[in-house]
Amino acid sequence: MGKYIVQRLLTAIPTILVISFIIFAILELSPSDPTGDLPLTIPPEVRAKIREALGADDPFAVKYVKWLQQFFIAEPLNFLETTTGIVFPGSEDRVRVISWATRGPVMDIIAERLPQTLWVVGSSYILGVLIAIPVGIYSAYRQYSIFDQVGTFLMMVGFSVPTFFTGLMFIIIFSVNLKWFPSVYDTTLVVTDIASLKKQLAQMIMPVTVLTLYTTAQMSRYTRASTLENLQQDFIRTARSKGLTERVVVGRHVVRNSLIPVVTLIALGIPGIFGGALITEQIFRVNGIGQYLIIAIQGGDLPTVQTVTFIFAVLVVLFNIVADVLYGILDPRVTYT
Amino acid sequence: MKTKFTLLLIVVMVLSSFGGAAIAQAEETVTILYWQASSILNPYLSSGSKDQHASSIVLEPLANVAPDGSIVPLLATEIPTIENGGFAEDLTAITWNIRDDVLWSDGTPLTAEDAVFTWEYCMHPEAGCVQSDEFDGVGSVEATGSHQITITFNAPKPYPYQAFVSHSTPILQKAQFGECLGAQMAACSEQNFGPIGTGPFKVEEFRPNDVVTYVRNDNFRDADMGKPFFDRVIFKGGGDAESAARAVLETGEADYAWNLQISPEVLSRMEEAGNGKFYADFGQAIETIWINGTDPSPDNPNRSVWMEDASNQHPFLSNKAIRQAMSMAIDRNIIAEQLYGQAGKASCNFINGPAANVSPNNTCDQDIDGANAMLDEAGIVDSDGDGIREYMGHPLVVQYQTSTNAVRQNTQALIKQWWSEIGIETELRNLSASVFFGSDPGSPDTLYKFYSDVQMYTTLSFSPDMESALSNTRCGKAPRPDNNWTGSNIIRFCNADYDAALDELSATEGDDARAAVVIRLNDILIQEYALLPLVYRASATPAISNTLGGVVLNPWDVEIWNIEDWYRIDA
Repeated sequence: MGKYIVQRLLTAIPTILVISFIIFAILELSPSDPTGDLPLTIPPEVRAKIREALGADDPFAVKYVKWLQQFFIAEPLNFLETTTGIVFPGSEDRVRVISWATRGPVMDIIAERLPQTLWVVGSSYILGVLIAIPVGIYSAYRQYSIFDQVGTFLMMVGFSVPTFFTGLMFIIIFSVNLKWFPSVYDTTLVVTDIASLKKQLAQMIMPVTVLTLYTTAQMSRYTRASTLENLQQDFIRTARSKGLTERVVVGRHVVRNSLIPVVTLIALGIPGIFGGALITEQIFRVNGIGQYLIIAIQGGDLPTVQTVTFIFAVLVVLFNIVADVLYGILDPRVTYT
Repeated sequence: MKTKFTLLLIVVMVLSSFGGAAIAQAEETVTILYWQASSILNPYLSSGSKDQHASSIVLEPLANVAPDGSIVPLLATEIPTIENGGFAEDLTAITWNIRDDVLWSDGTPLTAEDAVFTWEYCMHPEAGCVQSDEFDGVGSVEATGSHQITITFNAPKPYPYQAFVSHSTPILQKAQFGECLGAQMAACSEQNFGPIGTGPFKVEEFRPNDVVTYVRNDNFRDADMGKPFFDRVIFKGGGDAESAARAVLETGEADYAWNLQISPEVLSRMEEAGNGKFYADFGQAIETIWINGTDPSPDNPNRSVWMEDASNQHPFLSNKAIRQAMSMAIDRNIIAEQLYGQAGKASCNFINGPAANVSPNNTCDQDIDGANAMLDEAGIVDSDGDGIREYMGHPLVVQYQTSTNAVRQNTQALIKQWWSEIGIETELRNLSASVFFGSDPGSPDTLYKFYSDVQMYTTLSFSPDMESALSNTRCGKAPRPDNNWTGSNIIRFCNADYDAALDELSATEGDDARAAVVIRLNDILIQEYALLPLVYRASATPAISNTLGGVVLNPWDVEIWNIEDWYRIDA
C-alpha cells in the first residue's frame, strides 16, 4: 500500500506539470487584456507602458518559466519563512506570484479568502452529505413508497434547478419580502460573541442552503442507486434467510457495501469545496475563492487565474489519489500491488 | 412574534454585555456598494473607477472639479489664474499655493515635497503609471516654497487644470511611498493597500477585491466642523448591478450603490419599495456609432490601415450621403427612452457638456423617407433587386460590432431594422468587453483594430475641458501596425479644417473663447457624419437610500467626491 501511494504521488508530478503548462498555454492564447477594463480615456501609449511594467508582453516561455519559479520556489520558501521564522538567503529579492490587478501577492489573497469558502461551501458540503446518505438509503429501502417518490421529485428539482436561480429566489423571498436574512454577506464580521455568531449564521443560511440543496440532490441519487443494487444481491437474501433482523441486514450488509462508491464520490468532491461555488459566491457577495477567480478572469489578471486554476488542478489530482486509496481500504476485494 | 423578537434581543444584549465585547454604540456607518470590487487603493496604478473611487475617500488632489465644471480648491489655497498671477501670462507655468494647515492622517504636515514626489513617482520610466497622461506636457514640477509648487509646461497650455486636479491625480505622501519608485512598485503592496492621505477618512482594513473599511480621520482639516459626519465607511465590492440596486432600494442593507446600468422597468419597480431612489447625473459620456474611414475587408492586406495618401478608404462609407442617410434612419428618442430610461437622453452632438460647450446647430430627427430620397438622388440604388442598395458595385452591407451588453444588443437590433428600411443590410457582432476594449495588438477584435465597418461604444471625459477628447480624432493619430495599433483616432478621421481648429483651441485661453472653438470642432464631426452620436449617457447612475443626505453627484470627478458632507437623515 505504501509503495502504491508513493508510486501514485510520483506519477502525479509530471501530470501536474503538464496541467500547469496546458492552463498557461490556454490563458496565453485567450485574447483578454489586463488593460481592457481601463477607461477609454487612458490612451493606448499609456496602456502599452502598463503592459510593459506588468510584463504582460514578455514571450510565452519567459512568462511560464518565471511563473514556475515563483510558484514552485519562491512561494514555498516564503511560506516556510512566515511559518517557521527562519529567513532564507535572498529573501529580499524573491519575487512571489504577483497579481496584475492588485499588484500584491496572489497567495496572500487566496489565504485571506480561503476561510470564507471553507465556511460556506464546506459546511454546505458536510450538511449535504449528512442529509443525503440517510435519505438515499431510506428511499432505496422503501422503493416506490411516498417518501421515495417525494424525495426523488425534490432531488430532481434540486439537481436540475441552477444555483443562480435558487439563490435569487431565496434573496427575493427571504431578504426582500420577509427581511429575515441579509442578501449581502458581510465579510468583515468577526465572531466574538453570541450576537455576532447569530449574525454570521443569519448571513450563512441562504448560501449554505442553496449549495446544500444541490449537493444533497447529487449525493442522495448516488446513495439510492448504490443501495438498490446491493439490496438485490444474493448475499442479502442469504442474510435474510439466516434469520438476521432487518436492522442488521440493512445496517451491516447493505449500507456498508453501498457506501463504498459514495465515499469515493465524496472524496472526489472535496477539491470542489476549495474551488468555492463560483456562482453562489458571486450572488451572495461571499468573498471566497470562486468569486476571486471570476473577478480575475474578468480583469484579465493572468497570474491570478493561472495560480488559482492550477491549485484546483493539484487538488483534483491529489483527491483522486485519496479516493483510490480509500477504495482499497474500504473494499477488501481491491488490493494494490 | 414581536414580543418574542424583543425578548430575544434583550437576551442577546445581556449576553453580549457579559461577553465584555459590547457592541460599540451610536457609531454611524455608511455602506457603499460597488458591484466591481476595488483591487488596489492607488489611483496611479489602476484607473478603474472602483479603485479610483475607493482611493478618493483617502487621497486628495490640490483642487477638484465642481459639478458645474468649475475648478475649486481642495488642498490648494486658491485656484491660480492669470488675474491673480498664479498662471503665467505666456501660459507655460502655473504656481499652486498649498494650504499650510493640512496634516496627513498620521499627523505629519503636508508639504510641497509631497506634490513634487507624486509627479516623480508617476513619471518614473519603469512605473507604468496609468495617470501619466494627466501630466502630459508637464516639463517639471518644482517646490518653490515649503507650501508652493510651480508646474512648468513644455509648451503653452491654455487649460492648465489637469495635473493634481480631480481625484485621478491626488497627492501621495512622500514619507510613505518614497521607496516605491519604478520597478519597486510591486513590492509596495502595503502602501498600495493602505495609503496615508489627507481625506476625511483613513483606511482601517483593505481586502483586495472585496471590501474596504475606513474610519474617521481625526486629523482632517475640517474636523472642527464635525466633518466627516460618519464614523465609518464600508466600501463593499462584488456581485452584480441588479443585486446592488436591490440592496439599496428594496432591502435597505446599503446606502449607496454605484453604476446601475439596468433596465428602466426593473429600477422603477425596485423604487416602489420606498427605501431609496435612482439618480442620474450627466457630464460628457456619449454612446456613439463610430464609422470606419478605412477599408476593413478581410481580404485587404492593409485591413483597416489608414494611409497618408488617403488611399485604402472605405469602399462605400467614404461617401457622405450614405453616412448621412444612416444617421437619418435612426430614431434616437426611441433608443434613449426605451433602453436607457432616466440614464440617457437622445443627442445629436458629440460634445454635450458643460453647458457652454453644447452646439445648438444640429438636429437629428428620424427621417427614413428623406434618407431614401437622398440616396436615390445620389444614384445609390438597388440595381439587382435584392433589397440592398449598391454603391459603385459594392452592396451596402455593414458589419456592426460592439461589446456584449444587453442594452447594446437591443440598440443594435433596432438600428439594424432602421437601416434595412433604407436598403442597408447589417451584420451584427458582439464581443466580450475585456476583449473589445482591450489593447492587445495580437487580437483582431479590439476597437483599435476596427476590423468592422461600424462599431459602437461610449467615450467619456472626466475633464470639463474637451480639448483632449476632441484631439483624439486628429489626422495621423490612427492606430496602425507601425505604432503597434495604438492611437486614439479610431475612425481614421482626417480633415484639414478640423486640425486647424484644434490648433486654434490649443492656443485659446478663457472659457467662453474655448467653448466657441469646441462647438466648431463638434459641428465638423457631426456635419461630416464622421461619427453618429446616439445617446447622451449619465456619467453617474447610483441608487441612494432615502436616509442618506448630503450627496451631490459630480460628473467631472469621482461621484463620491464630497463624502465628508454626507450625513444620516433620521427617519
